[in-house]
Formats: sequence, structure tokens, C-alpha cells
Amino acid sequence: MIPASPVGLSALESLSATSLLLLFPELLLSLAAMALLLFGAFRPEAMRLFHRLALVALLLAALTVLLPAWLGFGGVVLFGGAFVADDFSRYMKCLILLASVCAIFMSREYLARERLQRFEYPVLILLAALGMCLMVSANDLILLYLSLELQGLCLYVLAAFQRDSLRSSEAGLKYFVLGALSSGILLYGCSLLYGFGGSVNFAVLSQAAAAQPQHLGLVFGLVFVLAGLAFKVSAVPFHMWTPDVYEGAPTPVAAFFAGAAKLAAVALLLRFVIGGFFPMLAEWRQIVIALSVASMALGAFAAIGQHNIKRLMAYSAIGHVGYMLTALVAGSAAGLRAILFYLALYLVMNIGVFCAILAMRRQEQAVERIDDLSGLHERQPAMAFLLAILLFSLAGVPPLAGFFGKFQVFLAVVEAGLVPLAVIGVLASVVAAFYYLRIVKMMYFDPPAEVLQQPMARELFVLLALAGLVNLLFFIHPGALLAAAQWGAAALMPPVI
Amino acid sequence: MNVLILSLITFLPLAGAIVVCMAQGEAEAVARNARYAALWTTLVTLFLALFMWARFDANASGFQFVEDFAWLGGNIRYRMGVDGISAPFIVLTAALMPLCILASWTSIRKRVKEYMIAFLVLETLLIGVFCALDLVVFYLFFEGSLIPMFFIIGIWGGARRIYATFKFFLYTFLGSVLMLVAIMVIYRQTGTTSIPALLQYVFSPEAQMWLWLAFFAAFMVKLPMWPVHTWLPDAHVEAPTAGSVILAGVLLKLGGYGLLRFSLPMFPVASEQFAMPVFVLSIIAILYTSLVALAQEDVKKLIAYSSVAHMGYVTMGIFSANAQGVQGALFQMLSHGWISAALFLCVGILYDRTHSREISAYGGVVERMPLFAFALMTFSLANVGLPGTSGFIGEILPIVGVFGVHAWVAALAAAGMILSAAYMLYLYRRVMFGGPVHETIKNLADMTPREMAVLLPLLLATIFFGIHPSPILDALAVSADQILLRYQEGIAVAAGAVQAGP
Repeated sequence: MIPASPVGLSALESLSATSLLLLFPELLLSLAAMALLLFGAFRPEAMRLFHRLALVALLLAALTVLLPAWLGFGGVVLFGGAFVADDFSRYMKCLILLASVCAIFMSREYLARERLQRFEYPVLILLAALGMCLMVSANDLILLYLSLELQGLCLYVLAAFQRDSLRSSEAGLKYFVLGALSSGILLYGCSLLYGFGGSVNFAVLSQAAAAQPQHLGLVFGLVFVLAGLAFKVSAVPFHMWTPDVYEGAPTPVAAFFAGAAKLAAVALLLRFVIGGFFPMLAEWRQIVIALSVASMALGAFAAIGQHNIKRLMAYSAIGHVGYMLTALVAGSAAGLRAILFYLALYLVMNIGVFCAILAMRRQEQAVERIDDLSGLHERQPAMAFLLAILLFSLAGVPPLAGFFGKFQVFLAVVEAGLVPLAVIGVLASVVAAFYYLRIVKMMYFDPPAEVLQQPMARELFVLLALAGLVNLLFFIHPGALLAAAQWGAAALMPPVI
Repeated sequence: MNVLILSLITFLPLAGAIVVCMAQGEAEAVARNARYAALWTTLVTLFLALFMWARFDANASGFQFVEDFAWLGGNIRYRMGVDGISAPFIVLTAALMPLCILASWTSIRKRVKEYMIAFLVLETLLIGVFCALDLVVFYLFFEGSLIPMFFIIGIWGGARRIYATFKFFLYTFLGSVLMLVAIMVIYRQTGTTSIPALLQYVFSPEAQMWLWLAFFAAFMVKLPMWPVHTWLPDAHVEAPTAGSVILAGVLLKLGGYGLLRFSLPMFPVASEQFAMPVFVLSIIAILYTSLVALAQEDVKKLIAYSSVAHMGYVTMGIFSANAQGVQGALFQMLSHGWISAALFLCVGILYDRTHSREISAYGGVVERMPLFAFALMTFSLANVGLPGTSGFIGEILPIVGVFGVHAWVAALAAAGMILSAAYMLYLYRRVMFGGPVHETIKNLADMTPREMAVLLPLLLATIFFGIHPSPILDALAVSADQILLRYQEGIAVAAGAVQAGP
């Protein structure tokens, strides 16, 4: 029997046309990945075609994700409650697929220049996207673990994709070893939860948690699973892999980590704690407070000393996860909405910044030091301007988009009555502003360094310009994205008890 | 009446900035086009602001030209409107901007296009601050003004510009984020961020205290008050002339405006409680920074410290919470707006010729630049508060206001006027008199027509409003009374609650 879910999901028992429709994005991605793999075995040199096919598959998947919503489906659970297709998952999948599309767009030129044109790249992105979509829809511990490993394995390989480079191999290995450790912790937590909760299904676990919110076994399991998930979202103190992997991995892959992988991990975390363990709010709240404060503080202070822009973005990512987690602490519908809102904006900012990083090339070599941006304004005013917008936005200075994200997050925190946490958050954002400003200073105030290779690849510039303009003009109509985030959040948040 | 004139005034400079941004082609032509486009944009904005001022009804209480649109969902809406407090500041901002553009006409040679864009964007943000009738919209403009200013100091500033601009940005950012948290707390408690609605809301005394402190943190840094004033001398010294003008003329006033708009009417009990500490800080600002000004070797730094001292009169006037005090504080802000702007322009005129801000590099300038000597004399005396200049009205009214509350505070503040005379006249003597000892001074040419055109409106305003201040005082009287009424009501309600309580 499939248990009733708190949000009023309807359940489908048998495999039917409806369930095929709801599963279509995942089916499409897996079929496309397999087809490309097969195709690649015969024609490994047709790189452009691979990229295009992967793009088409991802875009098609993104469209079909939304199709059930247009047709009026609410939340539906499939496969005996293992897989859930609701508005929350649709919102997140759209963002994830968008991020994957960008990852492929951004990689074309990079792979060509670095002689990494192997057909496995789009295949791995597709499989990772598949894993992420499943993560978002996971409604039991089995699918949670399987999907996490599917995307994890793809990401390990992608991190080490530049296999002739020591740094890239190191990044892949480091990610793999630490990832395996965290998976072990997570799995141990899952086994505890199964043992004490009596089921792997989130809905059943939720009932068990509601019956005994302070059950010691459940609390232990919860802590272990949270630790494993904190590793995936790179929250302090489980963040150690992030700077090394971002720095070592090929830049488009790092962008993929910062974008899609982060979204999926946060979505999974949300599904787990809100969808599964909301009755134990008081228990996990303390953990999440500690994670968020530590992440905000470390993200702000540790980034100050960085000279490599990819490492800096890694610490920035840690800090931003901290901000999102503060909204999770609120444990309210407003907090959930704020996280979804923030994720979308953060994704756009990240894509833009990584496009700019990809454009940092000199004499056929990628350069990654912040100094290399010195005086960029004189050589490439458009790129400098757009990057400056993105950096101010990341710092959360109004009227740019990042401000609205922070505003929503801290508003949710304040509405939950946690004013001190909001104060810590805004103070951390002042410290963080310093290092974003430092990059702006390099670009605008310092004498020019050696000229960067011109011009930027066209698709990179288009993405950068889009990201910059979205951030710049977001203030005109911020209500639209907020409404979308509300739509996504409403599906997950149980009614107020 | 619904012609969206406030949005038009606010966003017209932004449109101008976009036009300037489009300019392409030869560097020289782009620079020239950018200058003219910026000048015309600011002039049209000024014209619209004057038109708004002409249509403004000084006798009506409440906000005028109100605009209200859905914006951020919930009860956070795009609300604009002005009253007698904000309208003069809009005109002041719009009037100073063309002067800034003119003052930079020849002195800015590099990245002219970007310079003009930065100023136009800054104008939009500054006018927006005064128009905003929603806390979030207010915050957006208030905080957004940091970005163009960051670039103005950082790109076109002096030798230590990077240190100065970071200090400026981070100090003010730190102050404002606390206000942001306070805004969220207000939204949580009242469910709205509409300023007119919040003016009707009564917060509990305890809530008032925390909110007052958070708002005060932002405005204290912006104003700036001792002891968080240290960013101002650095920023002023390193900023280009027009940057200093707009910084002293308008940006500092955002703090005083905020105190009047929010702290006094929304948190009256806390304002009354904290009045004494504010007086102490104001007196320290007036006396201490005047003494510091006396010891300065750098002309701009001296005027910067004098600005801090003059802002002391503003805070003192505001928290004396009576008609003279509040009107005097407002008048002082406006009057200081053009006097300090004029002083920085005068320094700029000297700096353009000699490229030195050291006082010791001058001496005997009067022999070469008699017209300039006259202008500087007028503005120096206005800064001192000589009767017949607008500076006098701006200093005497807050002192009269505070005299009714605390006589000795007024006495100390009056002593500050003597100190200001000391440092200004000492400065004047060292720069203007004593015979031209330096080679560079002997070849100085007097003001050009462009420079005269920049200073003349300020000179006229200084004298005219010094003799006849009523056009301004009449315009803001009703709104100032409105604020005081709210303040007294708020205190009465709190007192009644205490009596009615257990």
C-alpha cells in the first residue's frame, strides 16, 4: 500500500501512459545517453553533432518536464512511492536542465582548445543530468542513494576529464575518495533510518518521525544522512573538497559543479528534511543552523586570501550555500520559496562568472589568477562591465538580482523570529563583499596586465551578456520569479500544523 | 495629477546614461558627446524637478505625486511620493548635478564616457532615495548609490583612491545591512513596508529601541557622525572634485533625511530616549572635528572635517524635536548642500591649476585671482555662519531649537561656530594672503567663464536664502510639523500605555 503524503499526492500503481508522460524527461535523458554512447563508439569524431544532440535532448527534457504542469497534474507518486513528480521537482528540474545546457554550451570551445574533444563528455553530462533529475524526484532512501551515486560517478569522471593533467586527475581522485566517504556515512544513516523508521519511503518515515520526533535512533540516522548531504552541498565542515575540485576540474565542469550539481544536492536536501523529516524540525534545525553559520563565515573569510579565481568561486559557493541554509532553518513556506528563488538567481550569476573565467586565456593557456583580470576594463570593457555586475550581484548589493535573493532569504529568517541569525548573515555578506569588490578593483582600478586573448568565443559572450543583463534588469520585475518559486515551494511544504 | 513625474525625474538620468553608453567611435568625439549628453540630461532633469517644485503644494499635508505599483509581491510595492521634506532635496540634487558635469568638463580626461555614466546613474539613485515611499525601494536606492560612488572615487580619484573607496564602501555597507535587517523586522511585525502606513503604526517601546539603533547605524555612518566619520576625510581627499561635491552636497544628507523620515516619527520613544547620547555625539562632532580641521594641512581634508562638524548641527537639531530644531536641521542640510559643494568646487578650481591640495603650496592667490578670492571669501564666511548667508540660518535655528531642550548643549554648539570661524579664516589667510611665494602661484589665471557659471548659482543661493529663507522654510514647515506631531503623539501613546498598564 502506498501511504498518503502530507501534500496530498495522488499515487499511480501501474505503469500507464500517464506515468510514461511523467517519467518522460528521465526516459528521454537515459535513452539519449545510451544512443549517444552507441553512436560514439562508431563515429567518435563527430563532436559537433554530439553536442547538438545532447543539447536537443536536454532542451526537450526541460520542455517535457513542464508539460504535466500545463496538463494540470499536481503531485503524483510512482513506483510504489519511490518517485515523485510534483511542482517542486519540475521547478528544480527546469533549472538543472538549464544549467546542463549551459555546461554543454560553455564547454565547446574549451574542449576544442584543450584537445579534450571526446564524445564521452556530452554523454556524461546527460547521465549526470539524469541522476540529478532523479535526485530531485527521489521520494525514498533507495532512489535517493541510487540517484546520488549516478550523478556522483559521472561527476567524478568529469572532474578528472582532463586526464593528462595532474591537477584534474587529483581533483577527480580527491572528489571520488571524499565522495565515497560521505556516501558511506549517508548510507549508514539510511540504514539507521530504515531500521528505526520501518520503511525507506519518506512519507512513512515522516509519519514515524511525527509519532516520535525525539526517537534517538531516528535522530542518529538523520544526523548521518544530513552529514552526507552536507558534503554534497559543500556546507562547512564538509566543504574541504570544494576548492580543490573547483580548481582542478576543467572549468566548464567546475561550472557544472557550481550550477547543476549544487541545485540537485540542495533539492535533495530539501526533499529529505522538508518532505521526509519535517516533524523533526527542532532536531535538524540545530544542525542546519551550525552548518549555515559556519558556511557563511568560512565562505566570507577564507575567500579573502584566494588568488585563484576558481578557488575563490568555490569559497563563494560555500558562502552562498550558507545563506540558503539559513532560509532552510526558518522551516517555513517562505523560507523554502526563498531558497528556490535564490537558487535560480545563484545559477544565473554562476554561469555568467564561469563564462568570464573561461574567456580568461592567454597564449593558448587558460589563466586563472585574479591578477590576470587587472585592467580588463581597458581591453575588454563589455566583459569587465558584465563581470562587475555579476560580482556586485553576488555581493548582494542592490539594485542587482543578488540583493533580492538575499532579501528573500533573510526575510524568511526574520519572519521565523531568528533575527540574530539574519544579523550574522548580513555581516558575513559585508565581509564577502570585500573580495568581490577586490576583483572589481583589479578590473577597473589597476593598470592593465598582459592582454587577454580576444575575442571571447561567441557563445560564452552571449551567455555572459544574458547573465549580466538578467542581473542588472532584474529589479524591474522581480515578482515573476518569486511567483515561480512560490509555485515550486508550495508543492513541498506541508500545511502549517 | 498622475503623470508619474517622480518616476520620470528619477529615471530620466538613467535613460541618459544608456544613451551615453551607446556612444561609439573616435575617443575624442565620444568624450565630447558624452559631456554634452550628460549636461543636457541633467539640465532637463533639473527643469522637471523645478516643474515638480512649482506644482508642489506646500500647504498640503501628506505625500504628493504619489505612485503605487505592484512590484515584489506581497505588500512590498513600488511606491513613490514627496512631501515638504523630500521635495527640496530632489531639487538640490537635480541642481548640483549639472554643476558637477560642468566642473568636470576639462578636468576629467580619461574614461569620460564612463565618468558621465557613473554620474547619471548616481543621480537616478539619489533622486530615487528621496522619492521612495517604500522601505525596500528606499533601501534599494540608498544602497545602490554605493556602486557608482565606488567607481567615481576608485577610477578618477587621487593617489590613495583604492583605500579610500574600499573604506567608503565597506563602512556604509556595514551600516546599511543592519538597517536591512530592521526593515525585515518591520515587515514581519506590520506586514507592510509602505512608509505612509508605517507612519501611522505604533511600535512597542522595546521594538522601537532595537529598530532605532539599527536605522541609526546606517544613518550615523552615512551622515557621518563621530566616531564613524573616518571614511569621509579619506573619501573626500581622494575623490575627484565633482565626486566630493556630490558626496558633501547630497550623499551626506541621506543620513539626515533618513533620521527625519524614519527615526523621529516612527520610533518616537526611542528617539526621546536616545536624544541625550545623540547630543553628546553631536557636540563631540562639532568641537572635536573642528579642532581636527584646524590642524589639517590638506585643503580638502579640512573642508571634509568641517562637513562632519556641520552635520553635528543637523543631528542636534533633529533630536531637539521642536519646530526650530527640525526646520533648522533641514535648512542646514540644504544650505550645507550648496555651501560645501561650492567650497569643494573652489578647491577644484585651485587644484586644476596647481595640482596640489597642500595648504602650504599656496599663499598670495588673491593677487592673481581676485574674482576667485571674492567667491571663496563668501563661501568661507557662509560656512562659518555669518549673518546674511544661508549658513547663518542653518546654524542658528538648530541652536535655538536645542536651547529650548538643553541650554548647555546649545552653548557648546555655539562655541563650535567660533571654532569654525577659526579654521576657515586660518585657511583663507594661508591660501589667499601673504604674497605669492611659490613660482606656480605667480602664473595663475583667474576663473574662466565656465567656472564662474558653476559658482554663480551657488553664490546667489547662499546670499538669497541667507536674507530670505522663507521660500524653503515655508515649503517644509507643514511636513516638519507633521513629523513633530507624530513624534509627540507617539510619546503620548507610550506614556498613556505606561499609566494604563499594571
